[in-house]
Formats: sequence, structure tokens, C-alpha cells
Amino acid sequence: MSIIVDKINYIYEAGTSFERHALKDVSCVIEKGEFIGLIGHTGSGKSTFIQHLNGLNKATSGHIYYDGQDIYEKGYNMKELRSKVGLVFQYPEHQLFESTIFKDVCFGPKNQGLSKQECELRAFESLKLVGLDEKFYYNSPFDLSGGQKRRVAIAGVLAMKPEVLILDEPTAGLDPKGRDEIFSVLENLRKTGITIILVSHSMEDVATHVDRIMVMNDGILKYDDTPKNVFRHHKELEEIGLAAPKVTYIMNDLKNAGFDVDTDAITIEEAKKSILEIL
Amino acid sequence: MINHIKCDKLKGIVVNEEISYTLIRNEENNLNIVKAENLTFEYIRRDEEGNVESINKAIDNVNIDIKEGDFVAVLGHNGSGKSTFAKHLNALVSPTEGSVWVDRMNTLEHENTLRIRQTAGMVFQNPDNQIICTLVDEEVGFGPENIGVPEDEIWERVEKSLKAVGMYDFRLANPTKLSGGQKQRVAIAGIVAMKPKCIVLDEPTAMLDPNGRKEVIEVLHELNKKENVTIILITHYMEEVIDADEVYVMNEGKLVMQGKPRDIFSQVEKLKELRLDVPQVTELAHELRKEGLDIKEGILTTKELITELERIRGLKNVNNSR
Repeated sequence: MSIIVDKINYIYEAGTSFERHALKDVSCVIEKGEFIGLIGHTGSGKSTFIQHLNGLNKATSGHIYYDGQDIYEKGYNMKELRSKVGLVFQYPEHQLFESTIFKDVCFGPKNQGLSKQECELRAFESLKLVGLDEKFYYNSPFDLSGGQKRRVAIAGVLAMKPEVLILDEPTAGLDPKGRDEIFSVLENLRKTGITIILVSHSMEDVATHVDRIMVMNDGILKYDDTPKNVFRHHKELEEIGLAAPKVTYIMNDLKNAGFDVDTDAITIEEAKKSILEIL
Repeated sequence: MINHIKCDKLKGIVVNEEISYTLIRNEENNLNIVKAENLTFEYIRRDEEGNVESINKAIDNVNIDIKEGDFVAVLGHNGSGKSTFAKHLNALVSPTEGSVWVDRMNTLEHENTLRIRQTAGMVFQNPDNQIICTLVDEEVGFGPENIGVPEDEIWERVEKSLKAVGMYDFRLANPTKLSGGQKQRVAIAGIVAMKPKCIVLDEPTAMLDPNGRKEVIEVLHELNKKENVTIILITHYMEEVIDADEVYVMNEGKLVMQGKPRDIFSQVEKLKELRLDVPQVTELAHELRKEGLDIKEGILTTKELITELERIRGLKNVNNSR
């Protein structure tokens, strides 16, 4: 599977005084198994963009090809696309509603029309993937901690066996430990070959985990490159309301103070190595 | 009047009994804007018949004193009790045991409730849940109008507080069309317009992008310095805590650490045990120390790190030239 996005444009409320050009000629290719970070300030078009990938929004112009097929072609099975491209919204725990965790995770596959047995099998599998202890399975999802609830919500999407998992700020409001738990889930998932697209406001998290970063600004895909290459543009990123990871700034300051360190370092680990080398 | 002047000149030597009373009271007020004594709070869950199903101690015997004009940060993982603590400062919940005083008013006494809420304003995590009006200036005026401020003064206060958070140019904008950081600043202006002595913020930057986060934190420091508003900031972002006057760390409902940011962040391993982080520069210094470099603990700024590295480099050069 691969997703080809070909010059899509999206205009909100076209023809009214609220008309807003939210996506402008966005093109990219997303390959199977990639772990992509999508960053951009609030209102830059990130959310609009990811809603196109599973057909929640239809582009005003342009094409999206999923696995070689044009999703806007007449007769294309949108319902199937939505189960292949799973979307985890912001604060997904607000969508939990069932009386037990297990039932909640079964809800997605049940809606796909699968047999009870298959639903339960998938619920087991996905709860295991998100690392939730079995003793909780038959408790109410509302008794869990914030991070646990969020993992249950992610399991609910995984139970539909998506090929692409898109997460909109999955760590917002979580404490550092809860954040680490979510990332260890994502790191485990990537080993299964699933494609992950992560929308995040934390440059430090993106720098540590993803292989590729897409930067949206004002509806335009401004950068699409490896984390190192993207964060080299830290001055331009600041102009559009973003930043490089803190540690990159530290390394730049060290360089200015006469230490010959690697200013491309974007994680603590890299920074540490570089400093130890020169001392 | 004359007495006042005399009083000033004599540096507090009291001439008149009445004044002496106000002086003492003011002095005590200055001591603490918020005081929690043996504060305990239990969430009690009942089944359909009203029998107690479970009791969850969200706050467990906490003692906190917050001085007026301080910038205070409260850290703790999700479920550590910090939000429940914040709700006590606004009399949204009352202590199960112990007491909380806000500006010397006991939150248990119901006749104080309204005055307490005017003294300690609260800003929550999600700006979208707090916005109700269609124009920014009306949004900011909503609070003062509700507490019965005369109309002319409302607009004065709206103008002043919008300027304080740098949102005056947006006064006629629709608040729902603003960015997250801007919305949160409008929410803060709405609180400032009620002239509280103290603002409690429960993870105000959790949903914001880096720029929005910076805007909000800068506004808070500005209010703290210029207007002497006491700021109580609850957050998960350690970088926001570096400039605080005092840091409190909560865990399982208990107050487990308290001190200056430097004292707190020099205990990297302990913070990690408490499911918390340290700022990146502190962590980098800590990691380098673990690799054998002689760097002191509790580095909070890049400047301090540079000084330490320069010292180490200097030592090495001396050794090499010997």
C-alpha cells in the first residue's frame, strides 16, 4: 500500500465571506511502514490534511491515490478506506462509552460487520499491542488513568486492522510517563509494518521518534524531509510558529561559545556523543 | 490622612489604633495568599443505593503556603492530585479534612465563595471550552459584568487586560477564529479583567503549539512582575517551570518535593521515579555527568552548561600541557 497525494486543494465554505483556502497544492507520497511526524502551528492545515487521507474531507481539486486507486473515482469503497486508514482524534478518550474496556474495543470491528468471535480476537490482539494489563479488560474504561484511557482508544482503532494509523496529538495533556507509554506503543506498532502519521506540537518527541517530518504552514507543505534536515531550518521554523528541539538550540549556543560540536544533533543522545567527542 | 503620613515617616511606628490594626492585617495578608493546612480530599463513590463503593484519597494531608506575588509551579503526573488541589483554591470543591484559606478567607465558609472566586481566578486546559461570546472584547467583559462592575469601568478593564496579554488588536475578532495561544490569552484576559490577586492555571499550554506556549508563559510572567499577580501554574512542561519562584511536586495526593527550581531539578532520578521529566538542558548535563564529566547537578540554563564545559575544557588543557 502507498498513498499518493497529488496537488490537492481544499477551500472551506467556498463562495461565502468565510472562504478559506486551507490546503494549497499539497503533494506527497507516503510509503508503507513509514513513521511520519506532521507539524505546523494551530490552523496551518494539518488536521484538514489528515482528514483527507481517510476521506472525511473531499479535496476541492486534486487527487489522492490509495494503493494505486483514485479514491475520488465513482464507486470507490470509502467505507473500506476508512477502516484501512484509522484516525485517532485529539483526546480520543472522550469517545470511550462502553461499560467495559473490552466491549469498547470491540465496537469498531463490530461495525465492520465481523463475527463476534473475530471481534473479540481482534480486541484481545489490539489491547495486547497497546500494552494494557489483562486485569483491566472487564473494568469500566472510565476508571483508568489518562494515559491508559488513551491507549484503550488507540486499541479501538487498531482493532479495525488499519494499514495506516493517523494520530492527532496523542500525547496532549499526558504526563511525561504517559507520553513515554504512548511512544513505546507506537514503536512496537511500527515493527508490525503499519504506517504511522503523528501530528504533534512537541518538537522533542518528533525528533526522537519519526523518520520523516512534514511541515505545514498556511496550507502549504513547506518541508518534507528527514528530521535532521528539517530542523536545520530552525530560523524559518520559528518564523512559522514552530521551533527546533531545545537540545538543538543548546548545541548552537555551545558552537557559538567556541565548542566545535555538531549543531545537527536533535536528540539528547546525539548531543551527548558530540560533546564527549570534543572534550 | 495625617496619621498615614506620620505612619510612613516613622516606618511603622503606630500612632492610631485603627491604623495599627490595618497594618497588622495587611502584613499578615502579605504573608500568604494561599494557605492549605492538613488538606485532605476524598472522592467517595456510591452505588445506586447510596452505599459507599470506594474512597479515593485525591489529596492526602497537604500543607502549602504561597506568598503573595510569587510565581509558583505545581508538578505531578496525571492523577497525582494537582488539579484537585487547584479546584480547592477556587472553592470548586471543599476539603474533606483540613482547611484552605485564600487571601485569609476559609473556603469552607459558603459566604466567602464568591469573594474567593474573585480573588483566585482560574484558567483551564482547553480554551475552546471556555469561550462563550462572539467578540473578543465581550468575552473579556463577561467576567466583570457578572460581578457587577459598572459599565464604564468594564470597558476600561477590558481594554487594560487585553493590552496586558497583547490581544488588544483583536478586540473585535471572533474568539473562535483565533489560534490556540491567542484563545488562551483571551481567557487569561477575561480573568485579569476581574482583577484577581491570584490566577490558577491548570495546564494552560497542554494543547498549544510552541509559539502559543511561549506567548502564554510570557504573559504570565509579565502579569506577575508588573501587576504583582500571584501565579499558580500547573504544568507538565518542565521548561515552563525554570523561572518559577517555588516549585511543588505532588504524587499520590501527597506533597513530595518543594523548593527552588534548581533544587528540584538537581534530583533527576527522583523526578523520573515520580513519572516526571527535567528540562532538556538539565537532562543533557545529567547524562554527561553519568558519562564521567565533572558537571554539577541542577544545571538549568545553557549558559550554566557552557560555563561548566569551559571549566572542564580548561582543566583538560592544563593537564595536557603538563
